[in-house]
Amino acid sequence: MDLKEKCVEIRKNILKEIGTLGVGHIGGSLSIVETLVVLYYKHMNIDPNSPQKVGRDRLIVSKGHSGPAVYAVLADLGYFPKSWLLKLNKPGTNLPSHCDMNRTPGIDMTTGSLGQGFSCAVGIAKASKIKKDGATIYTIIGDGETQEGQIWEAAMFASHHDLNNLIAFTDYNKLQLDGKIEDVCSIEPLDKKWEAFGWNVITVQNGNNCEEVDAAIQKAKLFTSKPTMIILNTVKGCGISFAEKAGASNHSMPISEEMFKEGIEELGGDQ
Amino acid sequence: MEMRALFASEIDKLMDQNENIVIINADLAKPNGFGDLSKKYSERAINVGIAEQNMASIAAGMSSYGFIPFICTFTPFATRRICDQIAISICYAKQNVKIIGTDPGISAEYNGGTHMSFEDIGVLRSIPNIVIFEPVDNSQLKNILPQIVDYKGPVYIRMFRKTTPDIFDEDETFNLFNAKTIKEGSDVSIFCTGIMVSEVLEANKILKEMGIDAEIINIHTIKPLDEEAVINSAKKTGAVVVAENHNIIGGLRSAVAETLSENYPVPIRAVGIRDVFGQVGKMPFLKEAYNMTAADIVKAAESAINNK
Repeated sequence: MDLKEKCVEIRKNILKEIGTLGVGHIGGSLSIVETLVVLYYKHMNIDPNSPQKVGRDRLIVSKGHSGPAVYAVLADLGYFPKSWLLKLNKPGTNLPSHCDMNRTPGIDMTTGSLGQGFSCAVGIAKASKIKKDGATIYTIIGDGETQEGQIWEAAMFASHHDLNNLIAFTDYNKLQLDGKIEDVCSIEPLDKKWEAFGWNVITVQNGNNCEEVDAAIQKAKLFTSKPTMIILNTVKGCGISFAEKAGASNHSMPISEEMFKEGIEELGGDQ
Repeated sequence: MEMRALFASEIDKLMDQNENIVIINADLAKPNGFGDLSKKYSERAINVGIAEQNMASIAAGMSSYGFIPFICTFTPFATRRICDQIAISICYAKQNVKIIGTDPGISAEYNGGTHMSFEDIGVLRSIPNIVIFEPVDNSQLKNILPQIVDYKGPVYIRMFRKTTPDIFDEDETFNLFNAKTIKEGSDVSIFCTGIMVSEVLEANKILKEMGIDAEIINIHTIKPLDEEAVINSAKKTGAVVVAENHNIIGGLRSAVAETLSENYPVPIRAVGIRDVFGQVGKMPFLKEAYNMTAADIVKAAESAINNK
């Protein structure tokens, strides 16, 4: 499979989800597309026909507002009909803004209150260790989310318990809701922080490049001890010009009919 | 036996029988009586360190993997400090986590105002999907603990830590969701929970001398409230007293008043903490300070009866 082409397709579906509604968390959804695609189509041991399969790999998207990106991938894999994507946040939907394990097949943990999903992922990694089922637990946190104290509580626990079955990603797009991270409350030096907390750290120069993300995951899987943090240098709103240009405002932004059409055109049009 | 010792021994038996039970604490295993469990269950008795938020969400994650986690710390840290983790990671996500808060209300004694939670029931009662249980003695805790393990969903156990008077016989049986009538009566209904039950029994001796026939019902499960028991008793007596070791705002008194105001309004009098913070002191001093003595219960009963 051409993962790069798959990313374009996923981006189109994200835009359709949010564009059909007219507003949504587009920036942080677009920045993690490559990571989701590489994980779901290349690395994760999952079965869309059996979403609750025992011993499966899991992904906890702690930055729960990226739900639309995860939904686009899960629909493509067949966890639920693609028609659901056009009902994002509409009355009675199974696809809410933030990930909900009780509503959406394929979602491994309910997230949205930042910091909590990461602790849940750590708990899941610990649970998998006790069950000795050999699963790999993946989790994605936001760079702004890194400001939550709970992240660091969980970081200490994960290294203390030597959870080498846990591979985490930081979507380091340098922006949070109110502006640049460095202006709001810097999280630098990010790699040294994770190293100091006892984690393996891999920095990906371009987190919106499938090959680089794939290489990082392969390297992470080779570590025999400690959890691993992969810091992804990404672009918030990546792949759609109006979203990228909006900067921090793309966290959740209105999308007009013109913007929607322009975005679809930019992604190669709708076949 | 102290309630913490009883709990430690019972959870040990349950963990022996059920390998999905895990017990997680935030550096308070020893004061809560189960410090030795980690020697026996190296994987399933976990101390996360002083990190209550992490403890709650880790438990939710482990629950999603099929475990039945019990998390335990002092009451204020088990509730108000991790309210959002309980609401979202546990209750909204429908995870099977049991939360134990010890030293509720004035039983925190010398730990004082910072550790004295008068608001925990109020904080949790408005969160959907949670059961709130306050054991009155060892017999009740021992009998209901296996029911809590069998019940699939979040349960908050508001647990006394030290020695508490035996109210019930050792072989008494209970249903987690049914209130327990201790004594039938016709003049006033006294709904009580936790340490206030023994105080109510003291008050009853005085009421009996006064010729007042009180009905005494132990509401060990505050949510969901056994509404049928509350309404039927109120219909029978026409006057109600609620005695609790909690702020009278948000706790059992509120739950009873909400139910009766919609179904069978009668005069209600409250005995409990009147919207103030705690302080250091032994329980007898604190009961006096917060008007939670047998004499206060008698006065409340008289007032409720006189307002029928």
